[in-house]
Amino acid sequence: MSETSAKPVEGERKVFMTGNEAVCWAALAAGAEIMYGYPITPQNEIMHYWTRNVPKFGKRFLQTEDELSAGFTTIGGVLAGRRAFTATAGPGNVLMQDPLAMAEAMRIPVVVVIQQRGGPSTATVIYSQQEVTLTCFGGNGEGLRLVYSTSSHQDLYDYTIKAFNTAWKYRFPTFVLADGYQAKMRESLTIYDPAVRGIDMVPTEPFLGKPGRIGEGRKAAHLRNTYNIEEELFEVLEHDIADYERVAPEIVEYDSFSAEDCDLLVVAHGVVFRSAAMAVRELASQGKKIGYFRPITLRPFPQEQFRAAVAKAKMLLVAESAYGQLLKIVQQNLYGSTVPIRAMLKPGVGITPEEISDECTAILAGNPAHAGCPLAGAGAGWAS
Amino acid sequence: MELQPKMPKSWNLESKPHKFCPGCGHGMVLKALGQAIDELGIQDRVVFGCDIGCSLLSWDFFNVDTVQTHHGRTTPVLVGLKRANPDLIVVAYMGDGGGYAIGAQHLVNAANRNDRITAILCNNTNYAMTGGQMAPTTMPGQKTETTPYGRDIEEAGYPMLGPEMVAAITHEGAYVARGTVSKLRTLKGYLKKALENQIAGRGFSFVEALSTCPTNWRTNAEQTWAFLEDKMQGFFPVGELKVPAEAAGGASEG
Repeated sequence: MSETSAKPVEGERKVFMTGNEAVCWAALAAGAEIMYGYPITPQNEIMHYWTRNVPKFGKRFLQTEDELSAGFTTIGGVLAGRRAFTATAGPGNVLMQDPLAMAEAMRIPVVVVIQQRGGPSTATVIYSQQEVTLTCFGGNGEGLRLVYSTSSHQDLYDYTIKAFNTAWKYRFPTFVLADGYQAKMRESLTIYDPAVRGIDMVPTEPFLGKPGRIGEGRKAAHLRNTYNIEEELFEVLEHDIADYERVAPEIVEYDSFSAEDCDLLVVAHGVVFRSAAMAVRELASQGKKIGYFRPITLRPFPQEQFRAAVAKAKMLLVAESAYGQLLKIVQQNLYGSTVPIRAMLKPGVGITPEEISDECTAILAGNPAHAGCPLAGAGAGWAS
Repeated sequence: MELQPKMPKSWNLESKPHKFCPGCGHGMVLKALGQAIDELGIQDRVVFGCDIGCSLLSWDFFNVDTVQTHHGRTTPVLVGLKRANPDLIVVAYMGDGGGYAIGAQHLVNAANRNDRITAILCNNTNYAMTGGQMAPTTMPGQKTETTPYGRDIEEAGYPMLGPEMVAAITHEGAYVARGTVSKLRTLKGYLKKALENQIAGRGFSFVEALSTCPTNWRTNAEQTWAFLEDKMQGFFPVGELKVPAEAAGGASEG
């Protein structure tokens, strides 16, 4: 994989582009060497931009026969010591759980960009936040994954670069979780060479096919995810879980804004966070005691920081384009807290700043339109 | 005391005796593969990948870099590896279920793309690790746990002719053969040519090895060999199906 002398991104510059294009430039700037992919909307243009740049920068691409293959070939690329990645969405994310479970079990630092679409099943190709549970906890495992939820094109660029570093530093499968709106819309962002921002790329190394003669310079590697006895597996999992818990505080990221004695704390992630932030800041400027908390890492979750923010709040509003996938994570991380939670759950549909603002105003006036928590019966959440 | 017979140099002595059942053909296929690796002197460049099912018992079989993958997914892992580092010699080792059922799409597409990998498929006419269910290769009338009255071709179709399929869809440069553990030196010749095909960068190479499973066939030694030589070799013709022009000249018997 010959590197050409020209860097894909020199210095830094302001650009106006789609999120998928931003992901591609970020992967190029991060020194990604090979992409494996299978067509599915809304992530296709990541492959389109990547393939156009392949000959210019000495990169490689393989269009596979399905997402199972895209995931497993990406594992192969990583095992060869390359910064390898793939991207998918919806039903493709479902198929990819087979390889991702293997990557999780064997600590293989694959990078996967997920552009969420509506579900279940084929549903829409447009937008949703319904792949949170799948991305964080999919597979027959324990969710030992790192998941960044982006909310803007700048995030897509920054966290795609970061994903390669966290993946290779900590050796857990790492995800950039975005959605169809972020994938397809255009907005301005600054793209940059990581070096000019002082970002060093974590070096990669082969797991298989290292240089040297077997028995002289090195031992043969025997990589497996099969174990003969329960205790043997348990030992591996205990080690990996302890690793995950140990590094989680270094990895967690969040954003928050709140007044002391906040009457209402809005919790949202991804593109819905942008609506939440706009609504909250406007209401705060009008003198309302309101704040927001945005988990940037959904796995691991910034529990300590979240609980500290919630401690100052009288009530929470969880807003998401899913029927309680973020809400479940919130509830789990607040175990023992008695703060009332209200939820604005709109699976597969975008949420505007006006809707969040109206809901916040109604809650602050003691007259909410949306459901309290825990989730009530059918229909609760989106009836308004 | 010298060990007899001599183990291939590329074998991992620490994992011997191996984990396969008495009378299983896997050990023979892997011996032939080990000899081929030794003769080509490629031990340091080989990455061996094994599937799920009995083939996974080979995860520490060789003293070569090895990765055990998921059911049917050895082919794409090694395709990804080879694409990322073409200097490696990659071997995808799988059973008939992994190659012809759950992972058939990977075999078909890697073959059609002419990926420079070597796929070796062990055909023992059943899913052995899971307790002897019908496989794509189960013989007409053969009793398995899911065909207790015998494979009914009206209901379950005929056994899959894998190398014939691969030969039909591959292009110039591909090497395709079917060997049997009852003719081990010929099988070794096929495996060696398959590896040489990859080393020369000609294209995809595929060898099906007819193998034995006395545990699930519930056969004694004589019946096992009779089933292999009479029934299986009668239905699955042994020989080379596709040989690139540059490699033509018959499999070596050595």
